[in-house]
Parts: sequence; structure tokens; C-alpha cells
Amino acid sequence: MTDAPKRTPLYDLHVELGGKMVDFAGWEMPVQYPMGIMGEHKQCREKAALFDVSHMGQVILRGENVGEKLETLCPQAYATLKEGKARYGFFTNDDGGIMDDLIVSNAGDHYFVVVNAALRHQDIPHMQANLDGVEVTEIFDRALVAIQGPAAESVVGDLCPAAREMKFMETIVAAIAGVECRISRLGYTGEDGYEISIPEDKAIEVSRAFLAHDDCEPAGLGARDSLRLEAGLCLYGNDIDQSTSPIEASLSWAIQKRRKEEGGFPGAARIQKELAEGAAKKLVGIKPTGRAPARQGVEVQCAEGNTIGAITSGSFGPTVGGPVAMGYVSAGHAKPGETVNLIIRGKAQPAEIVALPFVTQNYKR
Amino acid sequence: MTTYYSEEHEWVTVEGDIATVGITQHAADQLGEIVFCEQKEAGDDFEKGDEIGVIESVKAASEIYAPLDGEVVEANAVLEENPGALNESPEGEAWIYKIKLADAAQLEELMDLDGYKALIG
Repeated sequence: MTDAPKRTPLYDLHVELGGKMVDFAGWEMPVQYPMGIMGEHKQCREKAALFDVSHMGQVILRGENVGEKLETLCPQAYATLKEGKARYGFFTNDDGGIMDDLIVSNAGDHYFVVVNAALRHQDIPHMQANLDGVEVTEIFDRALVAIQGPAAESVVGDLCPAAREMKFMETIVAAIAGVECRISRLGYTGEDGYEISIPEDKAIEVSRAFLAHDDCEPAGLGARDSLRLEAGLCLYGNDIDQSTSPIEASLSWAIQKRRKEEGGFPGAARIQKELAEGAAKKLVGIKPTGRAPARQGVEVQCAEGNTIGAITSGSFGPTVGGPVAMGYVSAGHAKPGETVNLIIRGKAQPAEIVALPFVTQNYKR
Repeated sequence: MTTYYSEEHEWVTVEGDIATVGITQHAADQLGEIVFCEQKEAGDDFEKGDEIGVIESVKAASEIYAPLDGEVVEANAVLEENPGALNESPEGEAWIYKIKLADAAQLEELMDLDGYKALIG
């Protein structure tokens, strides 16, 4: 990338808090603060953590029947998404691969979409070209901040009582410390929490108000990655991409029944076939038996020594207290309990196929 | 006892023909929270510059390179159970290897503390 990395509205706060800044998808983001990745990870699992996710693309869709039109690009039931509700989904390509994953919210007079930072340049033209009669507008003047963890309700609710009443995957507009924000009860850590879209000129002020709570500390991209991995959540570019289908990626839960039956989205032929017959490979949890972390790209072999797949995300799981990984293995070897070998630096290390997630998800249902 | 330093951020002390090797506090600080250390076994021999182990933090893996020619006499067993000791005491109890030196003259190619301080700024 030739351009200098961009800065989010929270940049000055990250620097003030001692954030170690790195270039991530063209953005200068904190990978960790002085607390460290392990401490920040545990802070989020036990109390609450604040993450800057302003690098993600925030998009407004306006027009007639936006939900129905989104169904031509995504296998989700967005036509029936109720006002005030958010739903996880993905754009599929004609071959049934995943172009990007996203969150769509029905905000009443418009739809609010959040896409991955690195893929906004693909996704926005994709929507503009294919959502006939829909006005697609990226918003650049708002920060996006995630408050995640069992104390998130207290951190956000102390400043905005209405947030306490929200359930998982609900979205509202409400004032936080006098600033009008879009508050959505969701996240990508496996914990209860909120993602909050804040006008950029008030982003530091509102973030400081959250951080003033005794149970809230800042956390960086390092902890965000280990948290989502323990929670069994896919990272686009690692675990899912243009070639992997949602069925291979164990994301069939994210395709609603009507869409599975009716099809009518890009790549439906492959996806419906895999739903009926099973996919040739499957994304699974992989737990190394020893202490050595298995990183992305590590080969997975069955007990007989044949290659059956590869690791797509792997790290140390601070809550698990040992290495955790996800990867694709051939369908015949995807059952939890199956013993496999991971080829780490030329040596076979034993591991077990396990059910995801590694830690229990703690959502406010 | 004289301590020698390598450009790969290792320290070396010598008693007789046995060298103790570890990573510097500066290196440990740069790596972040260490969760795993892969070591060679007693009897393994190697030449200066060879990869003789791997240290993994939550985020990434980093190789350990041999500062000298030699043979592993002992790998520190503490690191197997408690790799985090490398953050707490990398220049003390969390040494990595005892090595039988093949060529003591190679010590002269390493830096002294002032040289190392200049390297890390």
C-alpha cells in the first residue's frame, strides 16, 4: 500500500493510552496497550473492554424494499428482518464462495451495514452496481466502538439506561453522555456487548466516558483476534474467502430456512447441493494436545499420515490456557474427538478435532 | 563473569568450556507475552547462525539463532512448564541452554554490554 495508513477518530486517545500502533488493512490501529494481549483478553472475558473498530466500513442503504434487494446478493432473510434488529450475513459469489461477511441492521427508514475494513472497496461498488434503486452511502464521519464483556451492560447502561433493556442483535438510536449514537447489542468476542456508532468529533469524549467506568479498559486488535478465535468466529481472509462456501465454513446456521429452501442468491446451486449432500471439507475447531501453537498454514494429517487439511487461524487462547486453532479438514475427519497430527516446523504434534466454540458464548438472549 | 551479547539479542556467559545462553530483557520485552519455547535436546550440535529453537508469543513465532558453534549440554526444563519465565527473568532463571563450546575464539566476535546497549539504542 503506497498511501500512509489512515487514522481513526480515536487515534489521539490510543496514543495517549500507550497503544502500540500497527498498520492493519491500511489503518493505524492499536495491536495492544500496556496491559498486554493476555490481560486485555481476560479483561474482556471477566469485565469489559473497549475496542476501536472504526476501520470497518459503515454504510447506509436507502430506497424501496432494500431488504428484498439484499437477498439477491446474500443468502440471509433480510426481507423479513424486523425494524430494530441486526443480522449477521455474507455476500456470496456465483460459485458459492464468500465475498465478505457483514452485519445488516434494519434501522426503520434505512438499512445500516457494517463490512470489513479491507473489503469496503469491493463491497460498496458491489452494492451500488447490484441494488437497483438503492442509494448506497458510506459514512466517513462516524467512529465505531465496541464495548464487550460481562460488564458491558453496566458500562453502557450507566450512561444510557435504554441500552440495558436491549437483547442480543437489537439496535437503537439513543443518547450517550448527550451524544446521539447508534447502539447495537452484538460484537465479535463471544461475550455480551455493544457496537456503538458515534459522530467522529464526539468519539473520544464518549470513549472516555466508557473508560471512566471501573470495569472498562481499552483492548487492541491482538486481544480481539484471540477472543474471536476462542469464540469460534471466522476472520475473513483467514477462515473464509472467495473460494470457501458457507457450508464448508460451518456457517449454515447463518442462512435462514426459507433461503435454504428457495435459493435465489449468488452461488445457490453449490450451497443448496452442499446443504443436501454435505461439503467435501469442513471448518472445525482443532485443539493441540501440547503447548506449541499451530499457526495459519500448518498442515493437518490424519493418524495414518495423509494430508487432510490445514490450519486457517491459530494462536494461544488466554482463557483456554493453551493453544487453540481452526482449520479445514476433509469431511470424513471432521467429527469431534478425531485425533490428528499438526506438522509444526517439520514435526508431527498431536491434536484433537473439537466442537466450536472453545469458550461458551455469553450473549444476552 | 563477563557477559557477551549477539546481534540476535542473546546473552552468553562462560564457565570453563560451558556457555550459558539466553535472550536479553530487551528481546523479551519486544516479543511480548511468551507462551511457548521449543528447545533442542542435550546432544544436539549446531553451528553459529543455525536455528536452535523457537519462542512464541500470543501473536507470533520468533526463531532463536545459535550465537556460537557448540553442542547442547542441557536445555532449561523450566521453560517447558513455564515459558512465561522468559518475560519475568530472561537474564536469570529463564536461561535457555547450557552449551559446550566448540571454538572459544568465537566469543571475541560477540559484543560487550556497551556494544549491545549501542545496538538497541
